[in-house]
Amino acid sequence: MIHVENLTKYFGNLCAVDQINLDIHQGEVLGLLGPNGAGKTTTLRMLTGFIRPTSGTIRVKEYNIEDHSLEIRKLLGYLPESAPLYYDMLVYDYLNYVADIREVEKKKKLPRIREMADLCGLGEVMHKPVAELSKGYKQRVGLAHAMMKDPEILIFDEPTSGLDPNQIVEIREIIRKIGKEKTVVLSTHILSEAEATCDRVVIINQGRIAADGALESLKQSASGDYSINLALSNAEMEAVKKELGAVSGIIAISPVEGDGDILRVRLSCRSSDDLRAPVYERIKKTNWVLLEFYQETQSLENIFQKLTRES
Amino acid sequence: MRQVPPIFKKEFRSYFVSPIAYIVISIFLIVTGWFFFSTFFLFNQASLRNFFALLPIIFAFVIPAVTMRLFSEELNVGTYEILLTLPVTFKEVVVGKFLAGVAFAAAMLLPTLAYPVTISFLGDLDWGPVIGGYVGALLLAASFTAIGLFSSSVTRNQIVAFIIGVAICFALVLIDKILFFLPTPLVGVLEYLGADSHFETISKGILDSRDMVYFLSVTFVGLYGTYLVMKEKS
Repeated sequence: MIHVENLTKYFGNLCAVDQINLDIHQGEVLGLLGPNGAGKTTTLRMLTGFIRPTSGTIRVKEYNIEDHSLEIRKLLGYLPESAPLYYDMLVYDYLNYVADIREVEKKKKLPRIREMADLCGLGEVMHKPVAELSKGYKQRVGLAHAMMKDPEILIFDEPTSGLDPNQIVEIREIIRKIGKEKTVVLSTHILSEAEATCDRVVIINQGRIAADGALESLKQSASGDYSINLALSNAEMEAVKKELGAVSGIIAISPVEGDGDILRVRLSCRSSDDLRAPVYERIKKTNWVLLEFYQETQSLENIFQKLTRES
Repeated sequence: MRQVPPIFKKEFRSYFVSPIAYIVISIFLIVTGWFFFSTFFLFNQASLRNFFALLPIIFAFVIPAVTMRLFSEELNVGTYEILLTLPVTFKEVVVGKFLAGVAFAAAMLLPTLAYPVTISFLGDLDWGPVIGGYVGALLLAASFTAIGLFSSSVTRNQIVAFIIGVAICFALVLIDKILFFLPTPLVGVLEYLGADSHFETISKGILDSRDMVYFLSVTFVGLYGTYLVMKEKS
C-alpha cells in the first residue's frame, strides 16, 4: 500500500529523517513510536506530501509522491499534530468546506457530514465556532475532517496528545473502529496507546528505525526484565534479601526509598517466568505485613532505551 | 482550477464573520467620504475625479490590512498544513485567496456607488470617467491585493505582513512624487513603475492598453511571487 525507500530529510544541517525504509500494508494499523524530535512528524509530513523529502522515494499504491502528489492526497486523510483548525468558522461550515474541497457529491454531502458528526460525536457542537471548542472536540473535528471522503489511508499525528483520559479512550475507540477497514498510520510517544490501537509498531530514534514489528515481539526482543514492587512493614532489608533471594528467577533485590518504617523493595525478575506466586508464598511464611504488591510492566522508555542501546 | 470556488467561498465568508471586515469598510468609507466631500462643494463640479485621486493612497493602507491574514494566519495557526494536505494545488490556493481579496475590495467599493448616483442629481455627471474610474479602481485593488497576498505569504506575523504590504504599495504610489530628485535616465523607468500615473489615466476614462498591462503585470508578479514562496516552503 505504502512503500517508503531510503527516505531522508535534512533541515539545513540537521538530519531529521535518515534513510528510512518502510512498507505499510493494506488494512494495517501502524504506530510510529519515538521520543520527541525522533522524526515522527517529519516522516508523516513527507507521507502526506506537505514537505518534500531531501532524497528517497515514497510510493502510495501505484503513485509516486514526486509526480502524483495530488492523487496521493486524494487517497489520504490527515490529522496534523494538535489538530489546527480555522478558528472563526463554525464546525458545520468547516466540514462543509472540507466536503467541497474533497469533492463529495452535492447530494451525498449533507448525509456524509451527518455521518461524520455521529461517528465523532460532534452533534452538539455543529453550530459552534471552532474557537470555542475544547481540545477534545477540536481533535474530533480534525478526525471528521480526515475521514470526510472515506479515504483508504488515514494518517494521525499524535491523535491523543493533550486530551484527558476519557477523551483519549474515546479517540482510541474511534481509531480502532476505523482501523478495521482502513490503513492507519499514527504517531505517538505513549506505549499504552500503541498497545491499544496498533497491529504493528515502528520505533524511530534520531531519524532511524530502531525496531519494527508487532508490539509483543518487540517486548520480547527487548528481553524485557520486569520488576515486582513491594511495600512491607515490620521487615528488615537483610531479612528480605535472604528470604526472597532464594526464589529462582529473581536477578536483583534493591531498596527503593521508603517512608518511616515502611520498607519498599524492587525485585528485578527475568521475563520468562511469572514470579508473583512464589514471591507471595515466601512472604506468607514470614510475619511481615504486606502493604503493596504490584508488577511493573515495561515502559516505552525501557524498551526504547534497550533497543537503541543495542542497535 | 476546480478547487478555486470552495477556497474563494471560504475566504470571502470568513471576512464577514469577523468584525475586521466591517471595521475596514467603515474606515474606508469614512476616510474617502470625508476627504472627497470636504472639498467637493468648493470645486462646484459634478465629477468624481477627486474621489478617484484619493484611492491609490487609501488603498495602499486598506488593502494590505484586508490581505494580511490570508496566509499569515494559516501559517501561524498551523492550518496551512491542513490546506496543503488537501487535494489542492498551489495555484488553486493562490488564485482562490486572491479572488477573495479582490471580491472584498469590490464589496468595499460598492457603497461608494452612492456618490455618483447622488452627484448625478446635483449636476450633469459624465458617466464615462466614472465607469473608467471604477474599472481602474478594481485593477488597482487587484494589483495591491496580489502584493498584499505575497507579503502575507512570507511571514506568519500578520502585523509584519501588513507593514511589508503597505511599504510596497506605498512605494508604488509615491514613486511618481519623488521623480524630481532622481537622475534623468531613471525617470522614464520609474515613472512607468508608479501606480499613480497609470491609475490617473484610467480614472479620466481613458482605457489605455499600457495601463492595463501595467496593472495586470503587477498582479501577475505578486501572484507568481506568492506561488514561489509556497513552493519554497514545502
